[in-house]
Amino acid sequence: MHANPLTRDQFERTLKSSAALNEIKRPATTYWKDAWRRLRSNPVAMVSMGILALIVILAIVIPFVSPYAYDQQDYTAINQGPSAQHWFGTDSLGRDIFVRCWAGARVSLLIALVATCINVIIGVLYGGISGYFGGRVDMIMMRGVEIIYTIPDLLWVIMLMVVMGSGLNTIIIAIAITGWGSMARLVRGQVLQLKQSEYVMASKTLGAGFGRIIFKHLIPNCMGPIIIDLTFSIPSAIFTEASLSYLGMGIPVPLASWGTLANDGANMLLLYPYQLFFPALLISLTMLGFNLLGDGLRDALDPRLRR
Amino acid sequence: MVKYVIKRLLIAILTLWIILTATFILMKSIPGDPFANEKMILPEIRANMEAKYGLDKPEIEQYFIYMNNLLHGDFGVSFKYKNRSVNDVIATGFPVSCTLGLTACAIGLVLGVSFGILAGVKRGRWPDYLVIFISILGVSVPAFVFASLFQYFFAAKLQWFPVTGWGTLATMVLPSLALGFRMVAYIARMMRTSMLDVLGQDYIKTAKAKGLSQREIIWKHGVRNAIMPVVTVSGSMIASTMVGSFIVENIFNIPGMGKYLVDAVKTSDYTMIMGMTAFYAIVMILMMFLVDILYMLIDPRVKMD
Repeated sequence: MHANPLTRDQFERTLKSSAALNEIKRPATTYWKDAWRRLRSNPVAMVSMGILALIVILAIVIPFVSPYAYDQQDYTAINQGPSAQHWFGTDSLGRDIFVRCWAGARVSLLIALVATCINVIIGVLYGGISGYFGGRVDMIMMRGVEIIYTIPDLLWVIMLMVVMGSGLNTIIIAIAITGWGSMARLVRGQVLQLKQSEYVMASKTLGAGFGRIIFKHLIPNCMGPIIIDLTFSIPSAIFTEASLSYLGMGIPVPLASWGTLANDGANMLLLYPYQLFFPALLISLTMLGFNLLGDGLRDALDPRLRR
Repeated sequence: MVKYVIKRLLIAILTLWIILTATFILMKSIPGDPFANEKMILPEIRANMEAKYGLDKPEIEQYFIYMNNLLHGDFGVSFKYKNRSVNDVIATGFPVSCTLGLTACAIGLVLGVSFGILAGVKRGRWPDYLVIFISILGVSVPAFVFASLFQYFFAAKLQWFPVTGWGTLATMVLPSLALGFRMVAYIARMMRTSMLDVLGQDYIKTAKAKGLSQREIIWKHGVRNAIMPVVTVSGSMIASTMVGSFIVENIFNIPGMGKYLVDAVKTSDYTMIMGMTAFYAIVMILMMFLVDILYMLIDPRVKMD
């Protein structure tokens, strides 16, 4: 077992002076730097991040540089398969699917990012307040989350869309105000633990108020789990939007999102399968990227959970 | 025990009441008259309907009539189809959705748990990687993509199964697989993590030291403990499977509740949406309640506070 037994000369005698004892031998590293180092050494996470970055860049650039507009119809070239002129082919109105996919990426990603950001803000505030005050306030607030949770998100979103009418803004609002439950639960759990810690007590003793403790101490210290949850809720927002649009309840024409493109493609599936293939591939690739990145972030930010 | 059950039951009823009220308020906040676009509707029918659902009365009274009707099991009528009540839709659609949903859940639970155990036991070897691959794929690819792909390859190209429809065993295969795939992925992943966790515990070492066979260790000590998280999520999984079936039912043209709900949304059939949501809420709350009770029966360590 012990091939190299420890010998005396491997050790170094330190001086007993306090200066030498307190000397820091390694450069100081922060939680975030440490996490970034761990994330960087995870090839799967880095590749996913690269793919996501590429998708975002293409979504921004392609609609500008493409010779076609996303809603430009060409009746001389309908339902053409992928070719040099139309990389992903054309749809039943002769629109270029390649540019539509990237214009759709803009819409889908915009919906996902904005809705998720609002989700996070509501969830963090709600969970933070609930966890901080605890007791009766906590019980009532968490029962509220439970009630929202009872009915699946998609059903709430459908109801809200019915009430507000379909459109880009309504879909964002609907996803935003229904999806914060898991974030609120997560933050509340973290805050319940953290508020017992010494630094919070010290801060309280020094006279810090509720706002300062929550925003300066509690929330920054649960950033890790929040970011992990965020990475997983972006794909679920993409998924909700795609499902809604797929059912024909999403954004109105001629705007395109990945969901509406998949829906158009599905109608043509038996004749022109490529029309579904490309949007479906992009949706799956993006969701895959976020899921794998989330796994990587979880390993990097919370090494205790590493499996 | 009895006290715990009663407490859970009260909470379930309270939750249900709040959801039903919220649904009512949402649907009442839609501007306009539900009959506004109806040219076909006869004045007598309209008067009848208004009287029955109290639409000629103030809203607070409408609320009580709505609640009272629900208590008597009347979920309302369609404003778009003259002879269709929500109860009819539930009576025809729910058994279909239920069959599809339960088949998908059975596939999801059985395959998911088996894959998870396999991956946990064979950690770091090819079955583990295969299961990880399947679970990532299943979580990343939306159900409608699976459904469409299955439809294209297995029904249209290979012609093993019918493309759409409902009724025979062959029509059930593709929709339940498409619906169950995500669940397989999710549960396999969860079961794997939980299995790894349990297999690292001291009592597993004790069991090994006592000389128990691998099989006994895995099944008696491993799986029984590792399956708890799966039981916890199975309630909400079943609920989300029901919602997932909106999409799958539409793709495979299955006459289930999801198809009717999507039709109702497309035709702005507000009363139909309201009634169906109320029904969904009742089913889901009942399911959560049952899972809670089941959980307590399986694991006596659960605090009955």
